[in-house]
Amino acid sequence: MIMQIGKLKLFLIAAGLIPLLWLVVDIAGNQLGGNPIQAVHIRLGDWALRFLWLTLAITPLQTITQWRGLSDYRQLFGLYAFFYASLHLLVYLTVDQGLMWRMIAIDIIESPYIWFGVLAYLIVLALAVTSPKAAKKKLGKNWKKLHRYIYIAAGAAIIHYFWQLKGNLAEPLLYLLLILFLLGFRILVWLKKRYPIRVRM
Amino acid sequence: MLIKTQNDIPASEITDPLIYQQRRTVIKAMLAATISGIADRQVWAENAKPKWANLPKGSLSDNSLTATSAELVKSYTNYYEFSFNKDDSTKLAQALKTDPWSVEISGELEKPGHYHLEDLLRQQTLEERIYRFRCVEAWSMVVPWIGFSLASLLKSLKPLSTAKFVKFTTLYQPETMINQHSNALLEWPYTEALRIDEAMHPLTILAVGMYGDILPKQNGAPLRLVVPWKYGFKSIKAIVKIELLKRPPLTTWNKSAPKEYGFYANVNPAVSHPRWSQNSERQLGSGFFTPRRQTELFNGYGEQVASLYRNMDLQHFF
Repeated sequence: MIMQIGKLKLFLIAAGLIPLLWLVVDIAGNQLGGNPIQAVHIRLGDWALRFLWLTLAITPLQTITQWRGLSDYRQLFGLYAFFYASLHLLVYLTVDQGLMWRMIAIDIIESPYIWFGVLAYLIVLALAVTSPKAAKKKLGKNWKKLHRYIYIAAGAAIIHYFWQLKGNLAEPLLYLLLILFLLGFRILVWLKKRYPIRVRM
Repeated sequence: MLIKTQNDIPASEITDPLIYQQRRTVIKAMLAATISGIADRQVWAENAKPKWANLPKGSLSDNSLTATSAELVKSYTNYYEFSFNKDDSTKLAQALKTDPWSVEISGELEKPGHYHLEDLLRQQTLEERIYRFRCVEAWSMVVPWIGFSLASLLKSLKPLSTAKFVKFTTLYQPETMINQHSNALLEWPYTEALRIDEAMHPLTILAVGMYGDILPKQNGAPLRLVVPWKYGFKSIKAIVKIELLKRPPLTTWNKSAPKEYGFYANVNPAVSHPRWSQNSERQLGSGFFTPRRQTELFNGYGEQVASLYRNMDLQHFF
């Protein structure tokens, strides 16, 4: 059993790198359309968002399946969300802006949609830094409090997504629905714990 | 109401299209004689030949600019009537029927009517204008348009002194323009407008081609507006109606989101979109790690157009 979980985890670690590999192949093959810089940037942002959503899907999945070992994967997905968000930020600073700091500062100050991206990134960064077991032990009760900020990160990330768009809202709406479902599930569980009889009726 | 222009091209400098055509016919005949041995290839070359290669460049064309690759300009297009996605809109726009085409010109002018595009073109002098094109989405390109002065068209139809605004309307063809069919996002058909002095400005053109050839459908065929000092959404595509009006009309994006898209929509790095900065732009075709370009006031055409907005608060009239 332990071996099986280990294999699954190895598989997931490898699978998490597939989007990056796929992106590299597309860059090499010039498959990114008329604005490849923006395409790379968006692709990395999309994967950060997807891994964040996957991370938030673990708890509901655990509640439904009663599979206790799932929290291991939650950490893995969370770290991948951080990984892709970091690449997303790095590409913005280097590939897109060429490290022109004055222009970057103006761009960030004048673009409210970026403020929410920055907020989401700072939270995910704090969560990644405190993700090792040692940090968890050291923080004690505060660890759970801190890691609840993931909900704020998710909210900021979806605003970051919505606010940069002019027209097409189909895709961000899908992510919004998914996150509402994932958070709604938690509210139901919380209500059930608090008012066990009522909800059972 | 005529606006004085500094840079009018003297008619003497522009080649008469008739002479130009004759010259081409002679050259073609000579070419045909030399390579008659390979007839098949010659036929192929005839078909592939761009319609207006080597058109004279007017003095208003910025010839120091390097045009963006035609492939990029043809594939990176916003055409919301077809799709909100640039790739899909390029593909879907191919279904557009653009021939025959006529334009209704009405309102405050002496000679209103429905005009066939070919008839309009016969009376206008086509020239190439290399212009910067800056999208409100903070990307830009350089396009060699083929077109004619809007002022010249309007003057020929004798506008009345009561004409203060010019409104343009895009084709309504819901069977091919599927977002018109589903009433998606905006109010269709798309409309745009200019103040009469903006419309009469010598930089303002109606384009029928680019890169020496007729306009691709996704780029606004067969007739589009090009106003190089304004954000791209002002440069309306597939025009079927031009109205001269006494009062400012509501325009599509302005009506849909007045706080985000103003009537003027002049390119201005100092006036941000409420959700994003307009300070810099990504030039299409530039490589990875190339910094963005600093956006210029009036997209770099301030010398020619700033006087139109004298005494206006550009933060308020954005």
